[in-house]
Amino acid sequence: MIEAQSLTKVFQDKKRGEIRAVDGVSFRCQPGQIYGLLGANGAGKTTALRILATILEPTNGTAKVAGYDIVTEPEKVRANVGFLSTATALYGRLSAQEFVEYFGRLHGLEEAELHRRIDQIFERLDMNEFRDRRCDKLSTGMKQKVSIARTLVHDPQVMIFDEPTVGLDVMTARTIVQFIRECREHGKTVIFSTHVMSEAEKLCDTIGIIHGGRILAEGTLAELRQRYRQEDLEEIFVHVVGDAQ
Amino acid sequence: MSLRNVGIVYRKELTDSLRDRRTLISMILVPLLLFPVLMVGLSYIAGEVIGEARRQPSRVMVLGGEDSPGVLAALRQAPKLSVLPGRPDYVDQISEKRIRAAVEIPPGFEAALEQGNQTAVKIYMYEGDLKSQVGIERLQKFFRDLSDRTVREHFAARHLPEGLLKPINIAQENVASPEKVWGALFGGMISYMVILLSMTGAMYPAMDLAAGEKERGTIETILCSPVSRTHLVLGKFLMVMTASLATVALSAISLGGSFYGLGRLAVMQADKGPSLQMAISLKSIAAVLTLVLPLAVFFSSALLAISLFAKSYREAQSYLTPLTFVVIIPAVVAMLPGTELNAKLALVPILNTALVSKEIMTGTYHWKYIAMIFASSCVYAAAALFIAVKLFQREEVLFRA
Repeated sequence: MIEAQSLTKVFQDKKRGEIRAVDGVSFRCQPGQIYGLLGANGAGKTTALRILATILEPTNGTAKVAGYDIVTEPEKVRANVGFLSTATALYGRLSAQEFVEYFGRLHGLEEAELHRRIDQIFERLDMNEFRDRRCDKLSTGMKQKVSIARTLVHDPQVMIFDEPTVGLDVMTARTIVQFIRECREHGKTVIFSTHVMSEAEKLCDTIGIIHGGRILAEGTLAELRQRYRQEDLEEIFVHVVGDAQ
Repeated sequence: MSLRNVGIVYRKELTDSLRDRRTLISMILVPLLLFPVLMVGLSYIAGEVIGEARRQPSRVMVLGGEDSPGVLAALRQAPKLSVLPGRPDYVDQISEKRIRAAVEIPPGFEAALEQGNQTAVKIYMYEGDLKSQVGIERLQKFFRDLSDRTVREHFAARHLPEGLLKPINIAQENVASPEKVWGALFGGMISYMVILLSMTGAMYPAMDLAAGEKERGTIETILCSPVSRTHLVLGKFLMVMTASLATVALSAISLGGSFYGLGRLAVMQADKGPSLQMAISLKSIAAVLTLVLPLAVFFSSALLAISLFAKSYREAQSYLTPLTFVVIIPAVVAMLPGTELNAKLALVPILNTALVSKEIMTGTYHWKYIAMIFASSCVYAAAALFIAVKLFQREEVLFRA
């Protein structure tokens, strides 16, 4: 479960002054559901998700993630979250297995449990062929699998994906999309950000359209279609953002 | 505070660093090769060059001396001197290194010697040229011997005792222990190298573990793990310090090996006389390494903090490379003769450790200063570590765009 309450993040920029990257964002995401943050570049998606993953601290507001407060219990939040983005790179000089082991240990898994989990995940993601290969020698698709294995090693209740398919080829992107679906099927709470309309249409149970750090519209795809009398999500998006501008 | 995660981060960083070629070069290869190559290699080459110059006879020209046939004949007989007749272009001949020196014998030289009048010879040489130097040394020896012989002959003719020649014999004997002599000669240099290497050894891992992590995009990956930022920075700091201390330890081994090698080389080149054997006590080594410990903490934390501030490896490099001078300057000042430890200097970071290490190397222990320096270095180290930990908590540093 994720419950965001008036999340706000203000950055100070020498040239541009005060920037409200996230401005009073509130939403709720239930287990077994996918919440999609749909927005253009610079809308505040990454900042919002980094706050939920406790990589950044909110200036105001708070959120409960897997029952823990992001401001007062950030380490417990991180212990229950799997965070994946195209910015979360791998340690090139570690092998795929060493990389996943490292994160498993940081999550407090005991050695026997850790190796059982890794064997299971590597089998499921078909990673055994390259488990001892150094991460900097892997293809993009293999690297994404290693990243997925990292997010799964501690079996988190909540998954946060920040534009996970940006810059990936079709086949690798499909692997990610399939993985996000599986997370929902396993009853995890999933939030992901995208600027790709088709991805949002395909995956999300609830869509929040974010622009200028604010959620301007929220609902299921059917609700949004009904509210804005448009079938196409892109048209709905343009309508919502256009009204705000 | 559970330290388990600090250990996990440290082990990972150690594995990662040991696979990084740049870190391996700065941590292992440079300290292991630097001293043997510098000391054994250079002294071997210098020994060979000097030996060669000493083996060959020196080509020298005699200007004038036509009325001093005895002296000319003796010069031609002198060992390792190849005497050529004088020519007016002797300056060019010396400059072009066709001859090594020229000696001008004034008219009436031999007659002046016989009559007991003072006379002079003038030697022309090429300043700074080793073979010219060897040439003039041989000429000087010849004329010194001639001068002594002449004086003895005059004394004998006048029935004067030879003791009048040198009524006082001045003898000197070294009472300083070999450790003190050795320490005074090399202590400053060794302290300088140890301090410099404790910094350079920490430099590459510090860049790799902070700025490198930002550049490669792994900082976000690690920040979304449950490890606290304090544990993360402590794990990284321990790795940087390991590299710093490993560099120092390997340098010490390599330095010891180099001096041993030099000693062996001197024994093999028997004509060079007795060598100055390395004389340094284990106590001195232990004391210097103990004093370098807080300095290694200081360097590791400071370099890590500065590197964290940089956005990329290259930016970190541009911040850290000039810092080498900040370390070199106090270390060089400490090496200067006459710079002595006092209460004020004992509080100046780096310089204090360099000065006290130099003294320890000579076997002198000023316990009051040693305690002061260790304590002040610990304070500086703690402050630097505190700053590094605090910087790791700051979003504007971690995500500086």
